Amino acid sequence: MLSLTTERLTPFHAWPAGPKLLAICFVTAVLFIANELWLTAVVCCAVFGLYALPGTWFLHAGVSKLWVLWPFMVILALWHGITGTPVEGIGIALRLLAVLALANLVTLTTRLEDMADVVIQLAQPIRLIGMRPERLGLALALVIRFTPILAERSTRLIEAWRARSRRRPGWILLAPFSVAALDDATHVAEALRARGGLDGQKE
Amino acid sequence: MERNFVLVALFAALIAALGLVPNVTLAFGVPISAQSLGVMLAGTVLGARRGALAVLLFLLLPAIGLPVLSGGRGGIGVFVGPTAGFLIGFPIAAFVTGWITERLLSAPVFWAASFGALIGGIFVLYLPGILWLAVTLDKSLYETLLLMAPFIPGDIIKVVLAGGITATLVKWRPGSVPTRA
Repeated sequence: MLSLTTERLTPFHAWPAGPKLLAICFVTAVLFIANELWLTAVVCCAVFGLYALPGTWFLHAGVSKLWVLWPFMVILALWHGITGTPVEGIGIALRLLAVLALANLVTLTTRLEDMADVVIQLAQPIRLIGMRPERLGLALALVIRFTPILAERSTRLIEAWRARSRRRPGWILLAPFSVAALDDATHVAEALRARGGLDGQKE
Repeated sequence: MERNFVLVALFAALIAALGLVPNVTLAFGVPISAQSLGVMLAGTVLGARRGALAVLLFLLLPAIGLPVLSGGRGGIGVFVGPTAGFLIGFPIAAFVTGWITERLLSAPVFWAASFGALIGGIFVLYLPGILWLAVTLDKSLYETLLLMAPFIPGDIIKVVLAGGITATLVKWRPGSVPTRA
């Protein structure tokens, strides 16, 4: 599975994941609580300044990831155009852009393994409710391994349907798809148990 | 023990795989994704606790930077963007869906699962979803609800599908659906 991290390195890649995440939490919270146009504008400029630092290719990568916001921009433009409150609209739009751009900056420049380490660190408190954080690594590995397998199976089911029916494949295929996932779970569980169970030793 | 662990992991993968299925567009142009159907299924099939765990495990994937949310979205950005409330609502929705499905044992599976998915997958999911959308867009709750209204018909379809798929699973694999084991 392809991760969202850029392959070309930037200076930000060297920064540790934990503090980067803390920083976006802090800035996001401040922008929402303060709710000041000038502050939002300053932060927005600063974030795009950071994107421009490694070069235009990185600025381009960052801007293209902001396209997901366009429906919200349309809604805001219509709303504040009609109600005659353009300044408020611009403030809200800038805040959306700043917050998302900043979060994307962290994702683009942090390796998958480093993020997974932070997640496992943050999950330590689940010990308190009787769960084992060390099993999270195995669980994540299973999910990452099985997502493409299940996706591939859905493609096969659609092909099998197309080979036999003139109608379009539809939601009905979700039933065999889910049954196969249940069966997979049974087989993988047996395989895990045969290899000594979750903790690597016979229970 | 192993089976429960693997079931949680595989349902997390199932939700991710459903995000890769292309969106279906309703007659009036609103896209519906299969991903929230996966969240409902996690609840109706696995039950409250395991269903919520499967969804939480799934959410770790976009958090660490894998583009597994419908439309190929991923990264920390999705947790601060306008639709983040729905992601926060996902595990709660799966929990409530499962909780209801587990308790309506005397009802036929289809109805128990559909009712669970309706309450958990729509009402409970929309609560944090609309709250956060209202905060990010700085609109009232009522205005935000109107904005989301076009998505409700698609969600109703998913509720019926979740009920149907769960009933089929119980029929084809009796004894291996945790909410009806």
